[in-house]
Amino acid sequence: MSQQTSVLYDVPGPRQRRITLISSIVAGVVLLVGAYFLIYRPLDENGQLSMELWGPLIDPSNENFSQVWERIGLGFKNTLLAAALAIVASLAVGTLLAVLRIQLKSLIRRRFTGVATPVAYLLRGLSRVLSAVTRVCVEVFRGLPVVLTIFFVARGFPEFGLYFDNFWYLVIGLTIYNSVVIGEILRSGMEGLPGGQAEAAAAIGLSPAQTTRMILLPQAFRVMLPALISQLVVVLKDTSLGFIISYEETLNIGKQLIGVLSNPIQVYVVIAVLFIVVNYSLSKLAQYVQRRLARGRKTAGTPAQNPPAAALISQAGGGGGGN
Amino acid sequence: MNVLIDKFDVFAGGFWLTLQICILAAIGALVLGAIVAVLRISPVPPLRALGTGYVNVFRNMPLTVVMFFAAFGLPALGSNADFLRIPVLDSLFTRLGTDLPYFRFALIALVLYTAAFVCEALRSGVNAVPAGQAEAARSLGLTFGQNLRYVVLPQSWKASIVPLGSVIIAMIKNSALAGFFGVAGDLSATADQLTGAEGYAFVPVAIGISIGYLIMTVPLGALLDRIEKRQAVAR
Repeated sequence: MSQQTSVLYDVPGPRQRRITLISSIVAGVVLLVGAYFLIYRPLDENGQLSMELWGPLIDPSNENFSQVWERIGLGFKNTLLAAALAIVASLAVGTLLAVLRIQLKSLIRRRFTGVATPVAYLLRGLSRVLSAVTRVCVEVFRGLPVVLTIFFVARGFPEFGLYFDNFWYLVIGLTIYNSVVIGEILRSGMEGLPGGQAEAAAAIGLSPAQTTRMILLPQAFRVMLPALISQLVVVLKDTSLGFIISYEETLNIGKQLIGVLSNPIQVYVVIAVLFIVVNYSLSKLAQYVQRRLARGRKTAGTPAQNPPAAALISQAGGGGGGN
Repeated sequence: MNVLIDKFDVFAGGFWLTLQICILAAIGALVLGAIVAVLRISPVPPLRALGTGYVNVFRNMPLTVVMFFAAFGLPALGSNADFLRIPVLDSLFTRLGTDLPYFRFALIALVLYTAAFVCEALRSGVNAVPAGQAEAARSLGLTFGQNLRYVVLPQSWKASIVPLGSVIIAMIKNSALAGFFGVAGDLSATADQLTGAEGYAFVPVAIGISIGYLIMTVPLGALLDRIEKRQAVAR
């Protein structure tokens, strides 16, 4: 338990400790009884605990064991592959998008002195329009469910004569959604930096492009690293949406296995455990990075920035979206 | 573009169904999430472990897996989720009472999954209350329950609104998955139906469906931005 919640009650004295112990035991017993009646009994009554159903998944001596796990391994490899490619692509596109939006924003404020007046007005109008267009794109793709983005890519691309593997439809769909989200994470990271950073960069004569590349982006990446890792969790969860376009990822393989072995609960339990293990370690990594960054910032004496809100919000997606 | 006008009732019906799922799931997730949040901050270790376990399991599992559990696991246990046929509610939300259980299954999955995030949003609000507040309350002699009721929760509520809103927006988007799990006639199932089986042109249908979702998500997001900005000024 974190220190914050324990502040809600005192360090317990002997009487309180006794009460806590008793209520712990009572609660534990109630939970065990509840688990028995609500989970074990229904499973047992329907024969869901029989070795016939579980055997192919957990018994190495079962004839199907190696084959089943070979398939699951393949599915998991495909899941990881799609997630890795999607996250790399969305990082690249997202960074570009963030830089573009920051640059356009500073362009709007520029007056274009030195060129003829009509040209200056034209340039200002153009940058305004471009800025609005990128903003609308971001809002639209952030507001759409990622299932639909993937679905639209898979249904829409062939209409325009673009044929790819299902793998690429999935990666493109995920990239569209996540690059927008990552772009917004990075942009808010850059805008959250102290204004003095950009001013100092301008004062020593760096161009806006150099300022972004050498001063703002590295710091934004650093501040937003926990949020970016959480986004990785979201991408990993979202790859499971590949089943709607019948990409052979873990869940789709699971469906095929169920078609043969007809043990839905058992297969999904195994798949869920796989996902939980991987994602839980990633979440822990994000927390660890966040703690380390917080420590580093404190010693450096710079004002603390607060990424947690963004980190928490971006975690909310997964299997269908985030914000 | 004709499909938007010809099939307007289909789009509107899909929108209404998606909205139904969202409202019911939001209520369910808020209630369940609040319960889990209470478990997570309770002084009794087993309850705390239960809450933590719940959050860790559902937060790290794709919603797709939860949906599969609901849609294939429950029938395997011989359940049709009939307990959700609540007498008064099902006259307003007609799908609750139908014989096809998929609406109820999708609802269960969405509630279970979203509750974990609701719990985290509520807890982050509790953590955002300065420690001195709870300490002061304790030194006044308030009990755990009084402390929560009079001091911590009224303040944490303010800090939870924005994260809660984001969770609800994410949930609205997640509800699109229901259409691929046998809930016929919601927005995403409509997209599949119109472009697949009925062979309408892709672009207009995609625009119509997108508008349906954006109507729900964009204003809510803008509202949250506004609240966030006002809170930032107020602090």
